[in-house]
Amino acid sequence: MIEETAPSRRDLLMMIGKAGGALAMYQAMTALGHAAETQFTGPPALSGAKKGSRVLVLGAGLAGMLAAYELRKAGYAVQILEYQNRPGGRNISIRGGDKIVEVGGATQTCEFQPGNYLNPGPWRIPHHHRTLLHYCKAFGVELEPFIQLNHNAFVHQSKAFGGKPQRYRELAVDFRGHVSDLLAKSLNAGQLDAKVSKEDKERLIEALRGWGLLDGNLNYTSDLHVSSQRGYDRAPGGGIKGAPTPSRINNLSDVLDSQVWNQMGFFFSYVMQTTMFQPKGGMDMIGKGFAKQLPGVITYNAKVTKIAQGDAGVSVMWEDVKSGKVSEAKADYCVCTIPLAVLAQIDPQVGAPMKAAIRAVPYSGQVKIGLEMRRRFWEENYSIYGGHSFTDQAIGLISYPNFDFFKDKPAVLLGAFANGIGGFQLAGMTPEQRIEAALAQGSVFHPAEYRKEFMNGVSFAWSRAPWILGCCGSWTEASRAQHYQNLVAMDGRIVLAGEHASYYGCWMEGALLSALDAIERLHKKALAA
Amino acid sequence: MSIKSLAALSLAAALCAWTVGGKAQDAPGASPTNVEISAEGKQVYETICQACHMADAKGGGSTGAAIPALADNAHLASKDFIVDILLKGRGGMPWFNDLLTPEQMAAGATYVRSHFNKYPDPVTEADVKHIAAGGKASPRDCVTC
Repeated sequence: MIEETAPSRRDLLMMIGKAGGALAMYQAMTALGHAAETQFTGPPALSGAKKGSRVLVLGAGLAGMLAAYELRKAGYAVQILEYQNRPGGRNISIRGGDKIVEVGGATQTCEFQPGNYLNPGPWRIPHHHRTLLHYCKAFGVELEPFIQLNHNAFVHQSKAFGGKPQRYRELAVDFRGHVSDLLAKSLNAGQLDAKVSKEDKERLIEALRGWGLLDGNLNYTSDLHVSSQRGYDRAPGGGIKGAPTPSRINNLSDVLDSQVWNQMGFFFSYVMQTTMFQPKGGMDMIGKGFAKQLPGVITYNAKVTKIAQGDAGVSVMWEDVKSGKVSEAKADYCVCTIPLAVLAQIDPQVGAPMKAAIRAVPYSGQVKIGLEMRRRFWEENYSIYGGHSFTDQAIGLISYPNFDFFKDKPAVLLGAFANGIGGFQLAGMTPEQRIEAALAQGSVFHPAEYRKEFMNGVSFAWSRAPWILGCCGSWTEASRAQHYQNLVAMDGRIVLAGEHASYYGCWMEGALLSALDAIERLHKKALAA
Repeated sequence: MSIKSLAALSLAAALCAWTVGGKAQDAPGASPTNVEISAEGKQVYETICQACHMADAKGGGSTGAAIPALADNAHLASKDFIVDILLKGRGGMPWFNDLLTPEQMAAGATYVRSHFNKYPDPVTEADVKHIAAGGKASPRDCVTC
């Protein structure tokens, strides 16, 4: 049999390792799918905690709950204090009846129909976020596809095409076609002979002809070949009028105005590549799934006011936000996942390096808006099923729901995912102004339907969320170099965890990887003590 | 295309690359925003600052999770104090030297100091550039002031 004579994958790797050293072996392993995709190597196998050892976890977000789950398995007695009245932290979904109260007092009550929701925080899971996928599976959190790339959705650029949105497919095919056309002709004319060998030149011209859909003269032009990717003027049909007619390509200058390379590049980002997932029924199914594993462990409505430590252990003062009663929680160690913008104000008893690190990480503010529409007009009238339509307006994009396709009932669009200046601008508005801005800006994509089918909307401005005052920790290369190791290093009996203590900032995966690393170090230290 | 808008475009492009590539955070993936900020202090405040500090500049939140008030804030008597924070951030507040020009920062700071406080002397672009260039700023270190 052929299989018997072929070297096994392991044999192959050993041969490569001997011939080319460790780097070659690492690269080969990567190519074979063995390395580098994730730092997750499976759940930690911690065991043998000293009898009666206690760990206090601050925060019932994903980092805190995973830390608690694995530490309990290792034999620790674990208590979690959570400020909110629910688990999950930023892993949250807003449904009909939910109330959103902002710093400053603005209050909204969500009016969505049953089954509809907005995920104001995390909303999509990359296929290589293996830690999160592992625990979702382990905890029975059902996932469904998140439709990331939709060639049929729109790109809107205020100063391109007279402000009229264009299909992503048409712009992307045109951009690639024009670039191929120019490059192929430059090669053909010998203008790149100093850079490209004769043999490569011929192969590259052939590649560009195929990839860019160029004709025999290396022209990118409006023919049926091009239409087979960018779409037709009259689509193929059956019978006597079955023959399609080609669509007309956009000229280079107009395509450049659209800046479609931003979206093309976006879809190449490692964290944005398909396949992506979302939990069925709302993102908070993950937080709820984690919490189910921790019966009786989480104390809700507990506001931490003081974090102290000494030779004997850690002492945390907390206030029951309902009754005002103040209590002290004691433990041998503490895993603190409180977001840094808040932790800085609590001023925990840690050394100067960690204290400086806690104060060195500002938080980004983002805004998401959910708009409930009477019917799925994006599907019925535009053949858009999931995915995103992008705009350079403050709302950033609108995104179409990934479930309940073809149903005759109201559905919720993501009407804004704003960051940067647009995020600040929308956050600074009243909830009513935000909805109006979202309707006005989103109408560019679906002008006949957007306001007509609108029922109600809800917005979430992270910079005004009273329990975090921001969305995600923001690092720079300089702040990483100066503070990151001080932030994650264990300070006496306290270790920090959360997305802010990871290189996967803003992602649930970062929170989980950070928690696993923190508890492994905590456990080691506890055993050595 | 004017030099100013070219500069804005390259800045925006740099910001975009930063957001998607540098931080690898989840991001909308849109092209650089068309939201423009004028060099007028009130508009800078309304577009940027009030996202956290509120339209009345009174901040909010609760002890331990507070957004500081800018209105009637004695710290703002020092121009250096506000400029330093705008340039470098503090606690949960981000820096703005990559989002706003020195002119816009000066206008915003002037507006906050004069409209919500009683410090009428303007913060100038030169004041901002002086601190940005390493001029000594207020040594005060607090997270809620």
